[in-house]
Amino acid sequence: MSFISYLINGISLGSVYALIALGYTMVYGIAKMLNFAHGDVIMIGAFTTYTVCSIAGLPPVLGVLVAVVFCTLLGMLIERVAYKPLRKAASPLAVLITAIGVSYFLQNIALLIFGANAKSFTSIVTLESVKLAGGQITVTGETIVTIVVCIIIMILLTLFINKTKAGQAMLAVSEDKGAAQLMGINVDATIALTFAIGSALASIAGVLLCSAYPQLTPYTGSMPGIKAFVAAVFGGIGSIPGAFIGGILLGVIEIFGKAYISSQMADAIVFAVLILVLLVKPTGLLGKNIQEKV
Amino acid sequence: MKKFSKLVSLAAASAMVLSMAGCGSNAGSSDTFKIGGIGPITGGAAIYGESVMNGCQLAVDEINEAGGINGVKIEFNFQDDEHDAEKAVNAYNTLKDWNVQMLIGCVTSTPCIAVTEKSNADNVFQITPSGSAVKCTQYDNGFQVCFSDPNQGAASAQYIGENNLASKVAVIYDSSDVYSTGIYQSFVSGAESQPFEIVSAEAFTADSKTDFSVQLQKAQDAGADLVFLPIYYQESALILTQANAMGYAPNWFSCDGMDGILGVDNFDTTLAEGVMLLTPYAADSTDELSSKFTQAYIAKYGETPIQFAADGYDAVYILKAALEKSGAKPSDSASAICDGLKSAMTQITVDGVTGAGMTWAATGEVNKAPMAVVIKDGAYAAMQ
Repeated sequence: MSFISYLINGISLGSVYALIALGYTMVYGIAKMLNFAHGDVIMIGAFTTYTVCSIAGLPPVLGVLVAVVFCTLLGMLIERVAYKPLRKAASPLAVLITAIGVSYFLQNIALLIFGANAKSFTSIVTLESVKLAGGQITVTGETIVTIVVCIIIMILLTLFINKTKAGQAMLAVSEDKGAAQLMGINVDATIALTFAIGSALASIAGVLLCSAYPQLTPYTGSMPGIKAFVAAVFGGIGSIPGAFIGGILLGVIEIFGKAYISSQMADAIVFAVLILVLLVKPTGLLGKNIQEKV
Repeated sequence: MKKFSKLVSLAAASAMVLSMAGCGSNAGSSDTFKIGGIGPITGGAAIYGESVMNGCQLAVDEINEAGGINGVKIEFNFQDDEHDAEKAVNAYNTLKDWNVQMLIGCVTSTPCIAVTEKSNADNVFQITPSGSAVKCTQYDNGFQVCFSDPNQGAASAQYIGENNLASKVAVIYDSSDVYSTGIYQSFVSGAESQPFEIVSAEAFTADSKTDFSVQLQKAQDAGADLVFLPIYYQESALILTQANAMGYAPNWFSCDGMDGILGVDNFDTTLAEGVMLLTPYAADSTDELSSKFTQAYIAKYGETPIQFAADGYDAVYILKAALEKSGAKPSDSASAICDGLKSAMTQITVDGVTGAGMTWAATGEVNKAPMAVVIKDGAYAAMQ
């Protein structure tokens, strides 16, 4: 019986990773850059909701909406100010370093405004927990909502990219920026849109992360952000279904590792599995094989 | 380019002259005691550093208003270490440049151990208000205000055993933290002679401290009726919330790291109802010294002090007592003061906010009685 409850806990944790990984993988797939500040946008999203709901006392729906709008604007601002000027820089490392800088900047801003004290986050999910097997297994409302939201977002994102003009433009930009520009696609606008969507996803992930694990500090986003990045690589970075599968698997492996091998070794096990997967399939589980043409 | 390098060397030279001038003018000729403090006032452990800093400042102001130590005023300079060993050493170097004579710090164990290496090499007296690892006092210039980790672990085991609080105990600890593992290990050895049994001991690390479902599930499956949490309150708050969500309601027992849980913004304090913890200070204590301190602190900072504030406050008064005993003068060098204080510390007895009749062994460990409190109606109450 405890096996099933470990499995459910693993899926619960994994669905949060998956949600974060969706944003990571989308930005990477299209803008070809690792946005290390993604985890901190999550934190900002959660703090926005916290401010609206817990401090101002407004209803949760409004809190989520404000967070989505705020993070969308923030994501576009970060892209415009910190990443765009470096897009033509000689080394792709420049923008990576900038992303790390943005990450620290956001953490310190939050530290300045909200202080270092941990805050308890009131869950925005009102769904009751579901008891299975005569009350021996509890599935929390947060878990259900996170999984459902994650699947809906994955489907919408896939539809958006494959069926709309803007989505097709994104695909074109991801294949070849120069050629896309020649075909009349506004590359800058497309990348800005990518960041806008990625950051909106981050804010939703932030709210659900803090609903499931109700604590909020300026550093809340950084570790889940890194784990989600691992999940994205695991599933094949750039692949949207890959991020979902990678996230869920990562969560389940982490919990099983803790439960059946050693609670101290959880992270070592997760990363060992990652290395194994990458050795066998270097592009990740669902990653595309890109053939270099000479 | 040549011009530029000339400019740089000129600037460097003048900076050197200036800094040397700084050394010459201050050493040995000041008329105040220069006490330095180190602790985290930003970062994840900021609540501890801020509390210690405020507690120290309160004591320094009181002493200065009352005329100082043997008529000598105190200058207090507190530096941030962000609960990071490297930054703590930087903070120590900053204080050295300021000609610090005595050190209160660090607030947390890991940075503290790093700084003891430097302060011992320089022979600067160091008293840590709240660094509880044994290695915080590994050299003869280091002393503690709070209990050491082994003390806390063994005392917890003894308390649980003697008061028959449980027959099956589970432990959840942070294996990446020296404070938590220190208490855990001494708890395990202390528990051997007690009538209860440790049925599950699960760890987490700094990198995976959001999900505690496995640790809690294992404790529940093992039938633990009490869970011992030798960890800090942030993780404790999460553990209490998650246990509540899964419908697991054991008794909880913790050490001084739990202090602060009632101050977590927006935390549902009913979840902490009945949590027991060993702490040398309780804000609602009616003891005269404690209540005077609590009121003064609230008046000055507008919030109820936690144990760390009391530790900081006591540290300053302990220094005062030791300085008076050793008869140090502000013109003495840091090293001379340190030699005097080392022997003075083993001779004094201090009645402080965190304990009456505190005495010290030459090893630096404090000797005082632990006190257990239970959280009742959102406040600490003495255990009966």
